[in-house]
Amino acid sequence: MNVATSPTKSNAKSTAKIKQKIKWKRFIPIYLMMLPGLVFFFVNNYMPLPGILVAFRRFNAALGIHRSPWVGFDNFQFLFATQDAWIITRNTILYNTAFIIVNTVTAIFVAVLLSELRGKVKNFYQSAILLPNLVSTVIIGYLAFGFLSAESGFINNTILPLFGAAPISWYSEPNRWPFILIFVNAWRGVGYGTIIYLATLTGFDSAYYESAMIDGASRRKQFLYITLPLLKPTIVMLTLLAIGRIFYADFGLFFQVPMNQGALFSTTNVIDTYVFRGLVQLGNISMSAAAGVYQSLVGFILVLSANLLVRKVDPDSALL
Amino acid sequence: MYKEDRLFNLSGHALMIILTAVALLPFVLLVSSSLNDETALIRYGYTFIPTAPSLFAYEWLFITNSAVIVRAYLMSFVLTAAGVALSLCVTTPLAYGLAKKDLPFKQFLTFFVFFTLIFNGGLVPTYLNYVGVFGIKDTFWALLIPNLLTNGFFVLLMKSYFATSIPSEILEAAMIDGASETRIMLQIAVPLAKPIIATIGIFVGINYWNDWMNGFVYLIRRTDLFTIQLLLNRIMQNIQVLQQQADLGTQAAIGLAQAPLIAVRMAMAVLGVVPIVLVYPFVQKNFVKGITLGGVKG
Repeated sequence: MNVATSPTKSNAKSTAKIKQKIKWKRFIPIYLMMLPGLVFFFVNNYMPLPGILVAFRRFNAALGIHRSPWVGFDNFQFLFATQDAWIITRNTILYNTAFIIVNTVTAIFVAVLLSELRGKVKNFYQSAILLPNLVSTVIIGYLAFGFLSAESGFINNTILPLFGAAPISWYSEPNRWPFILIFVNAWRGVGYGTIIYLATLTGFDSAYYESAMIDGASRRKQFLYITLPLLKPTIVMLTLLAIGRIFYADFGLFFQVPMNQGALFSTTNVIDTYVFRGLVQLGNISMSAAAGVYQSLVGFILVLSANLLVRKVDPDSALL
Repeated sequence: MYKEDRLFNLSGHALMIILTAVALLPFVLLVSSSLNDETALIRYGYTFIPTAPSLFAYEWLFITNSAVIVRAYLMSFVLTAAGVALSLCVTTPLAYGLAKKDLPFKQFLTFFVFFTLIFNGGLVPTYLNYVGVFGIKDTFWALLIPNLLTNGFFVLLMKSYFATSIPSEILEAAMIDGASETRIMLQIAVPLAKPIIATIGIFVGINYWNDWMNGFVYLIRRTDLFTIQLLLNRIMQNIQVLQQQADLGTQAAIGLAQAPLIAVRMAMAVLGVVPIVLVYPFVQKNFVKGITLGGVKG
């Protein structure tokens, strides 16, 4: 038996080896084609990773990244000793929370309304509310400036005089900015959410609604007892994924719309803008890097946890 | 029942018209301000109807200062076209390879792409790498490569399209007929994946057209490489400087304030929006499809 099987075994082994070789050869052109993309990810996302260590050095441009002296956790200590660390963390989390709530509620409302309305004009509504999503944040900054500019803004020149109110210096009064930013973000993002929820809605089985109608259920009841429960998995999943990104702010929104005004920093500075200003405008690379590492690590943990939760709710939607 | 239905439909449409107006009115304000006369703007501010219609801002941009604006506009188009072409050439083969069932090291490579979505070194290490190692400061590459060329979402989105929407029988049949892997990809898989390639191309194109971050970070002296968005950003920064100085009440600020024209600023912003609005009807379908594909996947 032994003598009989061994040649076939080795035969099988060698054919497997040959097969693997052929397989390898066959895939060489594919690997070559994949190479530029892989190189890009290596350069753009992996090569910078050792640079994270800058956060543990006192950066000195003359010495460079690799020869600046080590200072351990000093940069972090400095960062967390300042008010800034608390302000940027609070702003980032509170704004993102408000964005999630406002945009989700509005998007569901608009999606349900659109799905119930008749007429071709629906498509026009949808296109219009999606348009702000396609515009750059610089231009959103200009659009906001058109309304808010102290000297030539529409609000100060046309709206406030109607009520006999005195002009407001929008770009130097920080307590007004939470509302402005939440509004601008909704203006920009609701169309996007609407499309996702609308696509989910139109996939529902119409039989539910037909039988509810036969039973005489009102629109409100249909919404509460059919639409909302059916939407729940999508809402939960999208919200969880958004919570996973709660430590990352929309840089463009927070940089361009408040026009980088120092007077507004208490309510407009978020982690992303803090890191950017540290690097580009203040040249305080060590501190900026420390804030960046703080964001990367906490953000990473949040993304992972959110995805683990998503996987429990709906395994197909999880990233991991 | 019928009456209630009509009432619902009417109020629903009324509400949607209001929302549509809210979405579009800022753009109307932008366009009408750009078409208004400068002195009227100084007196009445930005208004929805030009109080003294004038093409002055556009004349100033295209005749008096055409060199700057035309150049920036061209740069925007060149960058967007080059970006989309290069991005698709990089993204498509990578996605195609990752979609191959029997590719050796497939899992590792997929994770290699996927990890970039969940962990990011952040701005400072990325900046130090691109500037220190690759020296892309003040080059065209700075606009083209960092963060924009492709991203994990696009690759994984396209990969799942290749894996699920292209019947493997077709690819196997081609293989049996002796077609090489390159030929199978270019002549069979890519034509069948046109919808997703178009969708991702549109997203990439919009990203390139709208980007100002790369230029803001990496272009320090080469203002000749500025795109329209970068020019807009620079002017925005100047307004900021002016405002900060105006707050201090310096004499110099008053003189400076006259330089960037109120209408011209808005006219330039209009130029930044117009191409998007023009292509919007044609790309909307694909764009919406991309949102539903990507939105459900996060």
